[in-house]
Amino acid sequence: MTRITVTVDGDTYTDDVEPRTLLVQYLRENLGKVGTVIGCDTSNCGACTVHLDGRSVKSCNVLAVQADGHEVTTIEGLATDGQLHPMQKAFHENHALQCGYCTPGMIMQAIDILKDHPDPSEQQIREGLEGNLCRCTGYHNIVKAVAAAAKAPGAELASSKVGE
Amino acid sequence: MTVSPDALVEIAEESPQADLTEPSGAGPEIGNRRLRKEDQRLITGRTKWTDNIVLPGMLHLAMVRSPFAHAKITSIDTSGAQGLPNVVAVFTAADFPDGMGACANAWPITPEQVTPDHLPMIGERVACAGEIVAVVVARSAKEARDAAEQVDVDYEELPAVFDAMEAMKDEILAHPDKGTNKSAFWKLDSKEAGTGGDVDEAIAKARQDGVVIEREFRQQRLIPAFMEPRSTVVDPTGEQVTMWSATQIPHILRFLIAATTGMPESKVRVIAPDVGGGFGGKLQTTPEEFITLAVARRLGKPCKYTETRSESLISGHHGRDQYQKLTLAAEKDGTVTGLKVDLVANLGAYVAIVGGGVPVLGAWMFNSIYKFPAYQFNCQTVLTNTTWVDAYRGAGRPEATFGIERIMDELAAELGRDPLEVREQNWIKHEEFPFTSVAGMTYDSGNYEAATARAKELFGYDALRAEQAERRERKDPVQLGIGVSTFTEMCGLAPSRVLGSLAYGAGGWEHASIRMLPTGKVEVITGTSPHGQGHETAWSQIVADRLGVPFEDVEVLHGDTAVAYKGLDTYGSRSLVVGAEAVVRAADKVIEKAKGFAAHMLEASEDDLEFVGGRYGVKGTDKGVGLTDIALATFASHDYPEHLEPGIDADATFDPDNFSFPHGTHLCAMEVDTETGQSRMRSYVCVDDIGHIINPLIVEGQIHGGLVQGIAQALWEEAIFDENGTLVTGSFVDYTLPTAADTISFVTENTISPSTTNTLGAKGVGEAGTIASTPAVVNAIVDALRPMGIDDIVMPCTPQRVWKAIQTAGDHSGDVAAQAQPHFDEGAANADPGVTGEGNGQ
Repeated sequence: MTRITVTVDGDTYTDDVEPRTLLVQYLRENLGKVGTVIGCDTSNCGACTVHLDGRSVKSCNVLAVQADGHEVTTIEGLATDGQLHPMQKAFHENHALQCGYCTPGMIMQAIDILKDHPDPSEQQIREGLEGNLCRCTGYHNIVKAVAAAAKAPGAELASSKVGE
Repeated sequence: MTVSPDALVEIAEESPQADLTEPSGAGPEIGNRRLRKEDQRLITGRTKWTDNIVLPGMLHLAMVRSPFAHAKITSIDTSGAQGLPNVVAVFTAADFPDGMGACANAWPITPEQVTPDHLPMIGERVACAGEIVAVVVARSAKEARDAAEQVDVDYEELPAVFDAMEAMKDEILAHPDKGTNKSAFWKLDSKEAGTGGDVDEAIAKARQDGVVIEREFRQQRLIPAFMEPRSTVVDPTGEQVTMWSATQIPHILRFLIAATTGMPESKVRVIAPDVGGGFGGKLQTTPEEFITLAVARRLGKPCKYTETRSESLISGHHGRDQYQKLTLAAEKDGTVTGLKVDLVANLGAYVAIVGGGVPVLGAWMFNSIYKFPAYQFNCQTVLTNTTWVDAYRGAGRPEATFGIERIMDELAAELGRDPLEVREQNWIKHEEFPFTSVAGMTYDSGNYEAATARAKELFGYDALRAEQAERRERKDPVQLGIGVSTFTEMCGLAPSRVLGSLAYGAGGWEHASIRMLPTGKVEVITGTSPHGQGHETAWSQIVADRLGVPFEDVEVLHGDTAVAYKGLDTYGSRSLVVGAEAVVRAADKVIEKAKGFAAHMLEASEDDLEFVGGRYGVKGTDKGVGLTDIALATFASHDYPEHLEPGIDADATFDPDNFSFPHGTHLCAMEVDTETGQSRMRSYVCVDDIGHIINPLIVEGQIHGGLVQGIAQALWEEAIFDENGTLVTGSFVDYTLPTAADTISFVTENTISPSTTNTLGAKGVGEAGTIASTPAVVNAIVDALRPMGIDDIVMPCTPQRVWKAIQTAGDHSGDVAAQAQPHFDEGAANADPGVTGEGNGQ
């Protein structure tokens, strides 16, 4: 077991973990952060996408020990003080989710796209989402939501709190 | 399609920028682009997926699965797993001598159907890869999975058969004890049924003085690939056993658990919490559910099983997998005179819950919107040593629509005419409804002319045809193809009497209850079980209008057999058409029951009352009382008429008289690079007629998602087994779902011909996009390449396949079909590229 200290959604946790533990397993099983979900076993689907020090990562592709000393933001840490993050709001307003299983990862990845492309083209949005699979929406409304969020202040920030 | 950022913003700005807490407007709710009630928990990660459930002392299961497609189990040594830390138990089938229930086939399509027993855990002989031979129970999922690796199973491999056409030969048997692979044969003949003429005569006549088009098409095997892997939690610690499961069918699951395990139904509660997609893939009762139930009951402790994606792809049921042979007869002027359909459908190793019936649904769909005077449908289902096959979005209708829409294009090509013109010549005109088809189905409404006219306009059909001609003229290496699909489908499963006549094991009704709470809130309990469709929002809109209460005051409950005690769940585009109609009827009963109380409270005669805007008023006066006030009065019940019971809650069960028949015109433009085989979607326009629309926002979402699933069948997806029966596409690395970068933005619109079979006038929308889009895309690719002598590409139309077809066509035009096509006739060489494991080149 290895001792790690990780800040997740603003709270700091210290735990002993098996070195093979994936970050997503640590989040779900140790911390109860079940908003971040698992959709595959080959790092293709992106459902488990979170932010590590402000940039998106697939949390099935990071070991928990690699997050030691770092800051993680999950879908559960995006909205603050009852205020949805602009990207969450855009997903809602543009009907960018149906079953909602891919949504946490989609939203986290979508925020990351705006860091690189504050005013993205449709192609940039589509390529930016390429690592995240959705089976319900056909991506049409997700692309719309990201474009709409790009017009909202603070959409590229890791959480809405940062924008205040 | 290139869309400028400006255009994108314009699209984005179409949707209302409503706040989450925006109150109801004054106008009717039905037809509003209401933002979904469901979203709040889904966008903030507060969702209740089954895998999120943690119970005190809960144990975790890992399955030991057969890597072989057909094998005898000669020994199982569990000792390597038994001793490992935190391993609680290891069970094999031998540990459950009384069984653990069974995966039932609810629709034997003929009395003689060959239906192998499908037990959850296999003790003697596995019939497909992925079957479960042992289960390990441990304190954590990780420890269970580690220990499962240590279970040593010896197998003696048996000869196995994978392809449906090979299975037809009965040389290798999927189940040797059955003596044949042929499960059932089902036929519909219009002459025998009295619904039309003799198809063989029609074909013979057309051979003399008309046109006969014969084509063989392959519907490749697909995997539903819902995003949430299946998961089951069972808590056996109470008087009633509770099962949470990622299922579309909590009510049917509860019934079949009771029916196959002998547990009293009243001792089983099934809950489908938030469910992450299904597309038919979660309408099964699964081995994993039965095993988790049996293990939890044996150990007396809560147990959880969650599949990995790789397990999901091999063990969750697959979809499609048909060989189709179509013979179409027509007069020289293009008027169709007959259609004969021969199907061979691969069921996989077992006849799944409705697996045998899915291809049979094609019987009423191959004739589609066209006025065939004579028709015959023959369907042979066969067993193979592959993953079982059942409903996948569309279930029988996409397969049929593909066949008919592909061959209508071939007819047009043969005649040298525009494919839409030939279709219009033959389709049912809007003034001819209601129209009884040659398959005996009565289409109640539709307007194919209107949908087609609008689609052509939005698509710029004539301009694209001109561009196509110009590109052909200048021999542009990138050719343009225009694909057409004018489809119909049958939705609203289903009239119970019809199901009874087809030997289906249940009815097709749906149930709803409405509880008028004393505080003025309304609870709607629906027997449908949504998993992304937005029933909470749409049902709230319907009830808000019907009862005259605010949208926000309506709460929709579902998916828990203890709450929604009666229901037949969600599949087959039935929820709105059947389920919401039950909600409407329950609401009408509430209004009716409230009338006596209103008369009493207003000291008026019931005859003088009218119900408007949520309120009973005395006609000609301003006296009145609201429905919610009546609810409160019945809660107190201090003063009410003696002949009434104190309550206005109501239940309703609705059984439709007929199916509903959505239709639409889909147009697709594909650019095909003739040098590389790469194709690129340039634009896609669809105008769907789904009757009255409750929520346009939800409808658009359903269409978009459906389109991409259908397009994916045309271009990318295929479940491929190798010669050993191993699923080559066994992970998301190889079973390649389309991504945002593979797809484009769509143009969707609607025409409205209301359904006459429900008061909402709705027809159903869940499957339309998937059913229509596959032939539109393939027709477009073939259209682009037809001048090169190409008249078919087997799906998925990967760059490799397109390129090969072009190369072959260049060498000896005319042999392409022979190269690319499976051979329908028994004994012929089977050249299906799908079985040889060609990558999909996405």
